[in-house]
Amino acid sequence: MGLAERVASGDRRAAARLISLIEDGDESIRTELAELHCRGGKAHIVGVTGSPGAGKSTLIHKLAKGWRERGKTVGIIAVDPSSPFTGGALLGDRIRMQELSTDPGVFIRSMSSRGNQGGVAKATADAVRVLDALGMDKVIVETVGAGQSEVAVMDVVHTVLVVVVPGLGDEIQAIKAGILEIGDVFVINKADRDGVEAAQRELEMMLELDGDKAGWRPPIVKTVARTGDGIGELVDKIDEHWAMIKREGLLEESERQRSRREVLELLKHKAVLSLLSEYGPDDFDALIKDVAARKMHPHDAVEKIMEKKKVKN
Amino acid sequence: MPIRVLVAKPGLDGHDRGAKVVAKALRDAGMEVIYTGLRQTPEQIVETAIQEDVDLIGLSCLSGAHMTLFPKVMELLQAKGVKDILVTGGGIIPMEDVPRLKKAGIAEVFGPGTTSDEIISFIRTNVKQRT
Repeated sequence: MGLAERVASGDRRAAARLISLIEDGDESIRTELAELHCRGGKAHIVGVTGSPGAGKSTLIHKLAKGWRERGKTVGIIAVDPSSPFTGGALLGDRIRMQELSTDPGVFIRSMSSRGNQGGVAKATADAVRVLDALGMDKVIVETVGAGQSEVAVMDVVHTVLVVVVPGLGDEIQAIKAGILEIGDVFVINKADRDGVEAAQRELEMMLELDGDKAGWRPPIVKTVARTGDGIGELVDKIDEHWAMIKREGLLEESERQRSRREVLELLKHKAVLSLLSEYGPDDFDALIKDVAARKMHPHDAVEKIMEKKKVKN
Repeated sequence: MPIRVLVAKPGLDGHDRGAKVVAKALRDAGMEVIYTGLRQTPEQIVETAIQEDVDLIGLSCLSGAHMTLFPKVMELLQAKGVKDILVTGGGIIPMEDVPRLKKAGIAEVFGPGTTSDEIISFIRTNVKQRT
């Protein structure tokens, strides 16, 4: 039995191994991935983003428990950053989710960003396909603690949760142009702290200015993830968003947009590799030297690499 | 491909400094380290190792319960048919216990005084290439 088939039959070890192979960029699993993609699309995929320390992991633990109580199975992919120096990573999101690790209706995978920018890893989209195929009703993607520009999670999920904490009024100002724009549901976590009202006002004002997203006004939910306060309401709102996009026919459009972005991303990656392999590493190093020595502008270096491809064709 | 390691603390002692130092050293050696915090049951450790598809589990125990907990982890791995994950132990472990732990399937025991480099080189030498 192939890995894809084993995953579809509920084999968790096969799912875990397949995710590793995806992370390693193994080409031999391409047909397996195609199979998963063509058969998949059942799971509701939820992204959770917000600054480091906002309480994302604890919130996800409670969300997962909330869905489990409602009879849903839950997959979790928790992305943490890799070291820019050694490539290693310390993945600690599970610390706050350990209670779930022996629940057969939950599958948690920690993932290093492996140098990828944007808050998720290159492997995240395919790993979501694996958990979808494993039969998870909900798949939660936890991003790297994110600030203004880590918006790549929207390319992978249906519903984006943005988590903020009170007492950081200026922070909301600062992230206004970034992740706040992609939120479908807003969470003010640690709502037992001072400054909740101010945070709520800030968010409301911003949402007022932004207007509705296709008839959906992103709700603001106050939670204390540690105690579980507000989690029931949050689960309701996330499920409402899912029901809404299915009802309004927005799912097809969302899938199309995500597919377009994913194909473009992959194409960019492959095109760069292919151009570079044609140009040759030594010639490439020579070009870089010229740019560094200020004999050539980076634009012209790129032009040279492109030209070689044209000549060959 | 980075080696994936689960650093886990079974049992009830609250001393995780050693485990954290090792976790950080392994990260700095380019490995992907999953750290799960204190007071894990053998069941949680084994299930986590499976979901995370790790190459190695590093168990740390300072409570003296290693002779119960470490073999229990090996037993559960076996019961799940997992044969390709290496398991090592660390902590305050008397020399005379080491042979019995190794007999139970623990690949190596790192006692007090072990350097990070020794652990890293053991892992690099002994972790099997994934299939």
